[in-house]
Amino acid sequence: MASLNKSPFLEIFLSYLPIIMLFFSAFNEFDFNYLKLEYFSFNFIHLLIFYWTLKNPDHLGYLAIFFAGIINDVVTGIPIGISSLCYLLLCSVTAYLRNITLSPNFIKDWITFLFSILLINSIQIIILDLVFFIQIDYMSYLINTGFTFILYPLFFTIFNFLNEKISYQSNG
Amino acid sequence: MAVGRDDFVIAIRSAFLKKKDKQKFSLLSLIFLSIFVIILSNLNLKVVKLVKSSINEVVYRSSFFISIPENYIQELKHNFDLHMDLYEKYNKTKSEFENLKQKQLIDNFLEIENKKLRSLIDENIKSDEVLAKVLIDKESPYLKSIVLNKGSKDNVRMGMAVLDGVYLVGQIIEVNFTNSRALLLSDLNSKIPSVLEPSGIQVVISGTGDNFGVVEHTQYEFSNSQNTDVISYTSGVGGLFKPGIPIGKMSNKIEGKINFFSDFSQLNYVKVSSYKIGDEE
Repeated sequence: MASLNKSPFLEIFLSYLPIIMLFFSAFNEFDFNYLKLEYFSFNFIHLLIFYWTLKNPDHLGYLAIFFAGIINDVVTGIPIGISSLCYLLLCSVTAYLRNITLSPNFIKDWITFLFSILLINSIQIIILDLVFFIQIDYMSYLINTGFTFILYPLFFTIFNFLNEKISYQSNG
Repeated sequence: MAVGRDDFVIAIRSAFLKKKDKQKFSLLSLIFLSIFVIILSNLNLKVVKLVKSSINEVVYRSSFFISIPENYIQELKHNFDLHMDLYEKYNKTKSEFENLKQKQLIDNFLEIENKKLRSLIDENIKSDEVLAKVLIDKESPYLKSIVLNKGSKDNVRMGMAVLDGVYLVGQIIEVNFTNSRALLLSDLNSKIPSVLEPSGIQVVISGTGDNFGVVEHTQYEFSNSQNTDVISYTSGVGGLFKPGIPIGKMSNKIEGKINFFSDFSQLNYVKVSSYKIGDEE
């Protein structure tokens, strides 16, 4: 009966869904990172990369993340390579966390996520401000980091649901 | 203790160097590649510029096509909002129109007089304009810019003024073959030499990252000037912009806050303009 709910198309679509979401966010003008609300923005790509590279890295390759970073830089107009570096540093945190974790704990992941995004946003600010002399609004970064951290549980639940669907479709 | 350190080294090595089944490159190699790309993008080599320009061309076009459904929805919402405000706006516009009709008579006279005076001192301003469509207006929280569908093949050059109607909205900061990027006045990095009228004070208007600018670098106290509306125009100092392009209206004289005339979130078509005075090249 269960096999009736499985379709090859759905299986392929779901397995590529994290990559589709990643590139769609990088290419699209609609950006959670800039919702045109004064004190609300969050970085969807950071949430996406952190969850999928931590929980199911097979569905989000490092090369795809690298290219998504390049595209994001070109679209937002910052020097090419900065977002790629930040995304890959986020991946390195999740890879390390995966290697040292025997029993996953949501709170630990959440706290690690906060430190990771603080670290990568600091690196981005240092590169933009001190190397390329581009003036930036520190408050935007701080608000963005705060909301990205707060919204992690919500996206964790959504992505977890999606991950279960993917596992269900791919496991016989 | 030594075991703990060994575990740490093994975990780090595994995280950075080990490739999973579906990963074609290790994390470390891609991190080095990113750093290499950042360094390259900072170099002014011809090859790098060409590659960067090609990447920009492809990504801008792709982003424009991917954003079509979302732009359509945004346009629908905007039209709906406009429709709901129609009656209120009609009454407001009607009274404004009457005032403008009266002002135009005086302006026509001043314009003719201005032309005559310029011809007397042998100064004539010629300007070239290119109409461009806004391909992408993805404003990040950190950089306020738009991508236009006109590039070097349409004679767009660095530093040209970008206008929405008659109002200044920004300047060209990057030129590719078929497209270009304009930095908006609202960006933190935008600095425009301006003049505040009617007092005639020379200032620099800086972007704030928000939808308004602030007056900087003035030695005069404009806050104590007469109690009339203060309008900022480009001063033409530095030779980049034509003098007299309207920028915005001062809303707070104490803070020097300038509200831009143009709404940067609603830009569809803009004019890219260059000018020259007299016979200069």
